[in-house]
Amino acid sequence: MAFAALGFLALLAGGALLALGVAALQSPKVISTAFDSYFLRIAGFTLWQATLSTLLSILPAILVARALHRHPVFIGRSLIIRLMALPLALPALIAALGLLALLGRAGILAPFLTWGFGARWPGIYGLSGILLAHVFFNMPLATRLFLAALDAVPQDHWRLAAQLGFKPLSRFRLLEWPAIKSAMPGIALIVFLLCATSFTLVLTLGGGPQATTIEVAIYQALRFDYAPMRAVAFALVQLVFAFGLALMASRFVLVERSQNIDVSSAKLMPPSGAERLINRVLIGAAIVLIVSPMLAILMRGLQADIIKLATQNSVITATLTSLILAISASLAAFLIVVSLLSARSSAIREFAAGGGGILLSVSPIVIGAGWFIALQGIINPLKAAPVIIVAVNTMMALPFVLRALSPSWAASRARHDRLAASLGLRGFRRFRIVEGVALRAPIFAALAFGAALSLGDLGVVALFGSDSLQTLPSLLFARLGSYRSDDAAGLALLLMLLCLGLLWLADSLSQKETLR
Amino acid sequence: MSAVLLKDVFFAHDGAPQMHFNFEVSQGDRLAIMGASGSGKSTLLNLLAGFETPQSGSIQFSNIDLTNVEPALRPVSILFQDNNLFGHLTINQNIGLGLAPRLHLTKLQNDAVNSVLAKVGLARLGKRLPSELSGGERQRAALARALLRDRPVLLLDEPFAALGPAMRIEMLDLVLELQLEKMLTVIMVTHNPDDAEYFATRVGFVEASSLLSTMPATILNDPPKGSALSTYLGTKLPRFSA
Repeated sequence: MAFAALGFLALLAGGALLALGVAALQSPKVISTAFDSYFLRIAGFTLWQATLSTLLSILPAILVARALHRHPVFIGRSLIIRLMALPLALPALIAALGLLALLGRAGILAPFLTWGFGARWPGIYGLSGILLAHVFFNMPLATRLFLAALDAVPQDHWRLAAQLGFKPLSRFRLLEWPAIKSAMPGIALIVFLLCATSFTLVLTLGGGPQATTIEVAIYQALRFDYAPMRAVAFALVQLVFAFGLALMASRFVLVERSQNIDVSSAKLMPPSGAERLINRVLIGAAIVLIVSPMLAILMRGLQADIIKLATQNSVITATLTSLILAISASLAAFLIVVSLLSARSSAIREFAAGGGGILLSVSPIVIGAGWFIALQGIINPLKAAPVIIVAVNTMMALPFVLRALSPSWAASRARHDRLAASLGLRGFRRFRIVEGVALRAPIFAALAFGAALSLGDLGVVALFGSDSLQTLPSLLFARLGSYRSDDAAGLALLLMLLCLGLLWLADSLSQKETLR
Repeated sequence: MSAVLLKDVFFAHDGAPQMHFNFEVSQGDRLAIMGASGSGKSTLLNLLAGFETPQSGSIQFSNIDLTNVEPALRPVSILFQDNNLFGHLTINQNIGLGLAPRLHLTKLQNDAVNSVLAKVGLARLGKRLPSELSGGERQRAALARALLRDRPVLLLDEPFAALGPAMRIEMLDLVLELQLEKMLTVIMVTHNPDDAEYFATRVGFVEASSLLSTMPATILNDPPKGSALSTYLGTKLPRFSA
């Protein structure tokens, strides 16, 4: 079972890689011409925007994480921390539309900005839009990771600092900063990787020769310019680049959730009045950043004729298609995760315990491009769309499902392995009697989470979608492209509610006690 | 004169039973605090160090009420079982923090650090990181810092529990030596009756979340029959012979 799961992953990634490699070897001359001034420009832009995005995400995240750490007890704190987990799970398309609804040329805030700007507000397309969207996604993620790093400082150290009479500056220099600094490379690499490979945000907010990344250029080469060799060249570059980054990132262990709620630091050295005020402002600003795009979607969406929209055949079909594809991908990811986690070979389990983090580097566009080119000579690639979409989304959801499930699975193994072995329970029978019952809540949480992630994905659908296969995100993108912004707003609301519903389900299930 | 006095100190963690402490420790005494796990031994030290504040009652050092004084201003140094040193700072820097929370010390301060290092037997190890030292050496370094801070009361929260028997005795000897030299008042939480017997002049047994009086350490040799202390200590195992 575990080998079949690994085989699937190898086939999916290897097939794409093989197709790209063969295509490159067949016509190396054409490939080398792909690396022209256009390539240099987009490669430069990819790195530039990722660097800026990383800086703009990480620096405020340090301040917000510190503020949250200094106030370990207040009403709504746990809600805020859960809110911080939301953006990464939200479809990129929703975030992009939310930001446009807020700060676009015709956005909700545009009149005020025009007034304050002194001239007509130009909107946030291009670099500024991409940066803002990346901050929306990655600042909360980085905040959570930094907070966990601060919480990991042993309680005795705060006591020691209190006894030694540290002033705020020494406390920062000797306690907080070392914790932040040691977590920094891992966090920066992850954020940089996510920003350098982001597709949907750049496609929606950027575009045009000034603001295109390698990822988007692959898509344009395949679907618009029909320059498959250029797509091959760019995909190979992106693959090597992202893989290298992920390899570097995997050397750093990231603590994601703090184990103990540590209140001693604040109790022993309470923040001064001025610091309290600054911390409140910081936390408040972070909440505004996270919530306002979603509120904008809600406001705009409610203005659209939801009822009429929801009864359109194309919308109903797209919604059902999306749900079926998402649930299939989530189930497939779950099956793979379970077979890896219960593998008898400890090497496979260790690979799984590593979080499959390396999979984060495999961009759906690169895999999609590989299969697009592989299928090209044989059948019309668009005909294979459903299979490819599910397969690639499975791969995308895999690391997240893995991380959602592996702690409780490991706990269950530690507790039940010997008993199950002595009773001769193995394979599916064991799953039905042991994990299937004991871990029901975490399993459904992982499934809902995986489905939410797949539901909003635009990446592969953009490559393989056609009139005969529309998902909710691709339909939304098409309506946006044809300037039917009311429809787009309504669809965005629909998609957001579906995703939030699934995430809420996942969250409330994962709060449940897992092992009794 | 009592070095430490707890006058009807009451304290409770959320949802836990209320603790009650009412006893005194004379200057130069070595008090061993014993009691079952979770009975509140460590909380007692946290109250003395100022990491926790009592709900009521007062804590006095040399007859001065310091109940609400912040930890840094109390005449107290504490050694935990672990985490006494910052892992990213060298031994020298860790010890130097006892003089000033700055990492660059003056020549005079450096000399002081070197001399306490030599005193605890760690001369030449000052440039190392805590991770490059053994568990015993790390606790020696922590002790050196306490020495440098020169506070009259030393609190030990099972600081040698993780060490082997020989090393434990060695550490206790070192503490004894320093205690006699400076006439320190030492309060040590321990689970080990042998340690208490070897080291302490007095014993306090935390029972039902309270400690209301202390006894001479000789009581460990012959605990009153049927008392909570004798139940806690149990009987020494006779050698099994088949």
